Amino acid sequence: MKIIVCVSLVPDSTTKVKISDTKKSIDENGVSYIINPYDEFAVEEALKLKEKNGGEVLAISFGTDKARDAIKKAFQMGADKGVLIKSSSGDFDSYTVARNLAEYIKNQNPDIILMGKQSIDFDGLLVPSMLSELLNIPSISVVVKLDIADGKVIAEREVEGGKEIIESSLPIIIGTQKGINEPRYPNLKSIMASKSKPIEEIQASYTGNKVEITEMKLPAAKSGGKIFTNGKDDVSELVRLLREEAKVI
Amino acid sequence: MSNKILAFIESKDGKFKNSALEVITEAHKIADDSNSELIVFTIGSDLDSEIQSLSNYGAKKLLVADLSEINTKNSVTDFKYSPPAFAKAISEIAKTQGANIILMSATSLGKDLAGRIAVRTDSSIFNDCIDIKIFDGNIVATRPVYAGKSLIDIKAASDRIVLTLRPNVFKPHKTENGNIEMEKVDVNSLSLNPEDFSSVVKEIVVSNEKLDVAEADRIVSGGRGLRGPENFHLIEDLASSIGGATGASRAVVDAGWRPHSEQVGQTGKTVTPSLYIACGISGAIQHLAGMSSSKCIVAINKDKDAPIFQIANYGIVGDVFEIIPALTQEFKKVLSN
Ligand SMILES: Cc1cc2nc3c(=O)[nH]c(=O)nc-3n(C[C@H](O)[C@H](O)[C@H](O)COP(=O)(O)OP(=O)(O)OC[C@H]3O[C@@H](n4cnc5c(N)ncnc54)[C@H](O)[C@@H]3O)c2cc1C
Ligand SMILES: Nc1ncnc2c1ncn2[C@@H]1O[C@H](COP(=O)(O)O)[C@@H](O)[C@H]1O
Repeated sequence: MKIIVCVSLVPDSTTKVKISDTKKSIDENGVSYIINPYDEFAVEEALKLKEKNGGEVLAISFGTDKARDAIKKAFQMGADKGVLIKSSSGDFDSYTVARNLAEYIKNQNPDIILMGKQSIDFDGLLVPSMLSELLNIPSISVVVKLDIADGKVIAEREVEGGKEIIESSLPIIIGTQKGINEPRYPNLKSIMASKSKPIEEIQASYTGNKVEITEMKLPAAKSGGKIFTNGKDDVSELVRLLREEAKVI
Repeated sequence: MSNKILAFIESKDGKFKNSALEVITEAHKIADDSNSELIVFTIGSDLDSEIQSLSNYGAKKLLVADLSEINTKNSVTDFKYSPPAFAKAISEIAKTQGANIILMSATSLGKDLAGRIAVRTDSSIFNDCIDIKIFDGNIVATRPVYAGKSLIDIKAASDRIVLTLRPNVFKPHKTENGNIEMEKVDVNSLSLNPEDFSSVVKEIVVSNEKLDVAEADRIVSGGRGLRGPENFHLIEDLASSIGGATGASRAVVDAGWRPHSEQVGQTGKTVTPSLYIACGISGAIQHLAGMSSSKCIVAINKDKDAPIFQIANYGIVGDVFEIIPALTQEFKKVLSN
């Protein structure tokens, strides 16, 4: 089975966001980067498929040199090969990502492309479905359960109030959601092995964002709330305020 | 240049979803502000009795495509939803109507379709918008990034845009009582072929009859402060006293006290209800990521320094086992009057 997993590098979820001087991005000073947490589910699912069906797992990231760290993390978990599609700029939108991934993947003929359902920096939730259109391969995202047998795919996708059971065929693009598996921790052996795995580097073929950020700003700070400290005795006053001041009840 | 706006609205079981009214309201506003024409489009069946209600929100023309008419022809039977077919249908309608702005809700369906439609129609995409303004005839949208820790204003590099609206943020607003003209779309004109049904939803499993957190306008969430799964009836009672849904922190989901479908936060659901009551939840940054844009946040926590109080509009420092039952009683009392 030829398995591709797309990984991206994002600021750690505990990052305190500061806006940079350009007012168009975050201030990267002191920010630590991690593999996108949803992509760990994708890597884990890729490895499980390989263990079951044989084949190899290729990890791809689009980005600047920094994105190598996401591929390295995939190596540590057990991915076999890595490709960095190198962008000269760190300012790219979902379409640019999907387009560059598509340009590379279209000659690879994978059976399955695994991705996270969203990257936690720009919370796009777009790349899997955009890639689907560009490659003309069906995609299912926010997947919490995946079964593949005899070329047939059955996936459970989380939606409001329940799940959709989706049937499709290979090749397929899957966007993973928490719950699909428990990503493994790299062990010493896989960490050692990862060090000798080379990352192939190719240049991005497409530039030209379709969306331009005019300004990045912090959300308006909540003006100090009313916090009561007399416990149960404050309950009726709270409910009065919810009705008369906040008007939400 | 004047715009032509296509609002795609969702229905379920012969009824329009609440998000449909949000989308029409906002689309109508953009149309007014930019002197443009608005067309509303939906995919579904048995909607006839519901259609007139849309006119109150500014819809004058509704196109309806009943894809079930095509199933048999393509020998694709019994599907609930097919992403490629829906995306193609909406894109085709946008093209034939000459629409350059497509508006839809960022529901599960909307999020699944928007990127596909943007690629098909060669549009820029503004997803999960919380504010839309028009400057010099150009649309500028605001959307949260970094889990709501910052916001970006965005504009398009082209004059074709697909926008999705974060649910519950844009409130439906009645305008006039107008008349609405309904037109059935000839589904054969959408040039759908069997390939467009390469992945289909065969079945929808409703997790339970309860209201989903992602759709609820009032939410009561419980965290580790509840001490055990056996105490969550307190959360359920409080939620039902205000007709709300129940949510949970990751800590209690990971502990197996609550189902993952209830988890609010970075790795759970993003919610924007009018009222969010957090009980025994510390307010970790990943939890805040999922609920900080709620309109009114109430925190109940015994630790006065818990971070949740920093973003709460109201709070009570105290024991959940004491406060929640009292609050439930008080809500029942005032709401029965
Ligand atoms: C990558 C990543 C993603 C994450 N995603 C999410 C997510 O999506 N959602 C999420 O919620 N978390 C998420 N987390 C976890 C998050 O960091 C916190 O660990 C979690 O939110 C804590 O849950 P809690 O508030 O219920 O528990 P705690 O932090 O243990 O807080 C319990 C609170 O209850 C209070 N309390 C205790 N007893 C009582 C009582 N009797 N009466 C009143 N108050 C009481 C305490 O004062 C305390 O503030 C994520 C973490 C990581 C690293
Ligand atoms: N720069 C990137 N390189 C490789 N894969 C990416 C990149 N950005 C996003 N992805 C993939 O697309 C998924 C969804 O991302 P997004 O649509 O940006 O929220 C992620 O979980 C990744 O699997």
